[in-house]
Amino acid sequence: MATQEIPPERKNYLNAEYGIRSWLFTTDHKRIAMLYLVSITAMFFVGGFFALLIRLELLTPAGDLLLADTYNKMFSMHGQVMVFFFLIPSIPAVLGNFLIPMMVGAKDLAFPRINLLSWYIYIVGAGLYLWCIATGGVDTGWTFYTPYSSLFSNSHVIEAGLAIFIAGFSSILTGLNFVVTVHRMRAPGMTWSRLPLFVWSHYATSIIMLLGTPVIAITLVLVVLERTLNLGIFDPTRGGDPVLFQHLFWFYSHPAVYIMILPSMAVVSEIIPCFSRKRVFGYNFVAMSSIAIAVIGFLVWAHHMFVAGISLYSALVFSFLTFLVAVPSAIKVFNWTATMYKGSISFSTPMLYALGFIGLFTIGGLTGVFLATLGLDVHVHDTYFVIAHFHYVMVGGAVLGFLGGMHFWWPKITGRMYPEAWGRVAAIIVFIGFNLTFFPQFVLGYLGMPRRYWDYSHMPEWQGLNVLSTAGATILAVGYLLPMVYMLWSLRYGKVADDNPWQATGLEWTTQSPPTTFNFDETPIVTWEAYEYEKMPLPQEVTLER
Amino acid sequence: MTLAIFGAIVIFGVKYRRHHGREAHQIEGSMILEIAWSVIPLGIFMVVFGWGAVIYFHERTPPRGATDIYVVGKQWMWKIQHQEGQREINELHVPVDRDIKLIMTSQDVIHSFFIPAFRIKQDVIPGRYTTLWFRATTPGTYHLFCSQFCGTDHSGMIGQVVVMNPADYQTWMSGGTVSGSLAQNGETLFEQLGCSTCHRLDVQGRGPNLKGVFGKPVQLQDGRTVLADDNYVRESVLNPTAKIVSGFQPIMPSFQGQVSEEQLNALVAYVKSLSQAPAGVAATPTNNPGPAAEKP
Repeated sequence: MATQEIPPERKNYLNAEYGIRSWLFTTDHKRIAMLYLVSITAMFFVGGFFALLIRLELLTPAGDLLLADTYNKMFSMHGQVMVFFFLIPSIPAVLGNFLIPMMVGAKDLAFPRINLLSWYIYIVGAGLYLWCIATGGVDTGWTFYTPYSSLFSNSHVIEAGLAIFIAGFSSILTGLNFVVTVHRMRAPGMTWSRLPLFVWSHYATSIIMLLGTPVIAITLVLVVLERTLNLGIFDPTRGGDPVLFQHLFWFYSHPAVYIMILPSMAVVSEIIPCFSRKRVFGYNFVAMSSIAIAVIGFLVWAHHMFVAGISLYSALVFSFLTFLVAVPSAIKVFNWTATMYKGSISFSTPMLYALGFIGLFTIGGLTGVFLATLGLDVHVHDTYFVIAHFHYVMVGGAVLGFLGGMHFWWPKITGRMYPEAWGRVAAIIVFIGFNLTFFPQFVLGYLGMPRRYWDYSHMPEWQGLNVLSTAGATILAVGYLLPMVYMLWSLRYGKVADDNPWQATGLEWTTQSPPTTFNFDETPIVTWEAYEYEKMPLPQEVTLER
Repeated sequence: MTLAIFGAIVIFGVKYRRHHGREAHQIEGSMILEIAWSVIPLGIFMVVFGWGAVIYFHERTPPRGATDIYVVGKQWMWKIQHQEGQREINELHVPVDRDIKLIMTSQDVIHSFFIPAFRIKQDVIPGRYTTLWFRATTPGTYHLFCSQFCGTDHSGMIGQVVVMNPADYQTWMSGGTVSGSLAQNGETLFEQLGCSTCHRLDVQGRGPNLKGVFGKPVQLQDGRTVLADDNYVRESVLNPTAKIVSGFQPIMPSFQGQVSEEQLNALVAYVKSLSQAPAGVAATPTNNPGPAAEKP
């Protein structure tokens, strides 16, 4: 990244210093964001490789490509890598890290050194996890359910558990940094009601990171202790309870879904107003719905356990609360849609991703409502219906938001424009490939195909839909690789970006592109509200030439 | 609702597409709309919630008089024990139009008993019983899956449920060699393990007399009252000091590791049979639970 050519008179965070040491010892939030970007992208491709093997195995009903144990490791490690080492840090640690200080008008996060520490902790965790993969991997499913993980699995559960335990601290530190920054570092005049919705959403995310992550850390430590010291907490033969693990695990891992989706909503809340040239519809409702999601999200965990032998009445309560948490998400979707009403809409790449997000997240969210419905969940629980549902939320939601955000802020981050035509093509390929991969899985799940099946040779009637799904995954892979290629290309050959190519509101666009090390020459004084698009000129017509 | 949102996005997208320099119309929000699109979905959600809850309560409440069948999950097979003594692996034969209640446990990890055609599923958990009930209405053969990941051969832990006409079912029941009903086997075990030295059926021994106990509330030493159900009997065998019956001493040793899950099922079936003395209540032909007299 240090190789790009930028006119010498413009000093910025990228060319302020050179050399590997200047990156590894940096405390600049923007450089740390770039360190995270490189690391999570690498992990994404590791997880993506596992996904590819899973889809290839399922192309034919018989288990003929991988061994059963290998297949079990593939889906376990696909889930763990994608959830803990890609999705959770993706938008917060990259875009949040890069943008939050600028959006609130600060020079850096509240604790720059802790920010760097969080990256090192992430690297230690990811390194340990890669070592776990290299030495044989783990086969517990990403959920580590006991007593399989604690007493029966012969794979490297301890290493995987510790790796995720360590990576959790990086998440906690990032959340802590964001909370303190938003409270203490806002520029004069940047009141809470003037904060961009991106910041609100990240604030809600940070609260979940701070309160939820310690619980998964404790839970995984208990599994590790159970394996090493034979504690017996989850062992029914010694009075332990294997279902207790599920309560502890989902107490974090359900809110973790909101750690993934809220930052993505943050991105969408910035993109939609910008490309509609309008103020966001119902600012207060969108902001408060983030907080509502964070709070209610902590009270719904047992909806993962409706067939796990919990009592009728607790199932009733958790189902009810799950329906409640769907309401703030619905409020957001309605407000984004209303923001487009009577706007002046252009379909640039970030907007395509944002609209794709709304579509796929709506499907993901509403199928979540199906799953919250007690009677229906009994049938589709632990089938491909669930797989399709959470991929619509995590990929259709979180990953599309990440890609949209990367395109939207790419000119700010690198000072270069990505090629618009390629951007739109890739966005459409991702959308088509995604739907082709995961829509058939809804049908498969409804037909009864259980998740984590390596071999379905007794049910050959399922092959057609699985072939569609694998074909879609191939298209999706192309859609992921394209942006990798053209964005790297644009670092050197892309058009040099203006400071504010989209004519967007927000303090980050008042800085130069790329920003200087301390973001602002002097601390901005804010006298306006967020999203005053009526005061912004229309951006140049986007041209499709490269 | 999904279609409405997609429709709105497409219509707005087309209608308000940026033509040369067209200005956006600024609208900041509308309280009425916000309330409308919060309350209306909430109302719809509550209807769906209630509907789903009613179905769930029905699915989770076995009717009285259902036929008990015991299921043990293990890596990687389903073992079925019928009351009449038949045993099957990965196959479950049931008669049509009869309420069937499965009493299930696992001898290793968590499994899940899933019959897609019946729309039912229940995790099978080591260390306790979970139950599942159904009433099959059409004869035929249906898939049976394990839907909770349980290790290497998870996708091989499959089988079939065969729903039969009453006549076919009778033929099936009379075929094969069966050495006594489940409760009779339990009774034999009850003798062999020495349970009957303390739990006497004629007089009150050092342990409670188990006649008529099943299905009734039991007064405990610490003042609590618990229902003597399958899980209670199970726990009393494996972890006897967990719940001490009022008036007795905690002297019973644990049988953890000494009885297999299937033997435990037989013991539970036997204790249950001790409470089914009045004939005509149970729909199933159980043996007459007289005092232990016959030898194996």
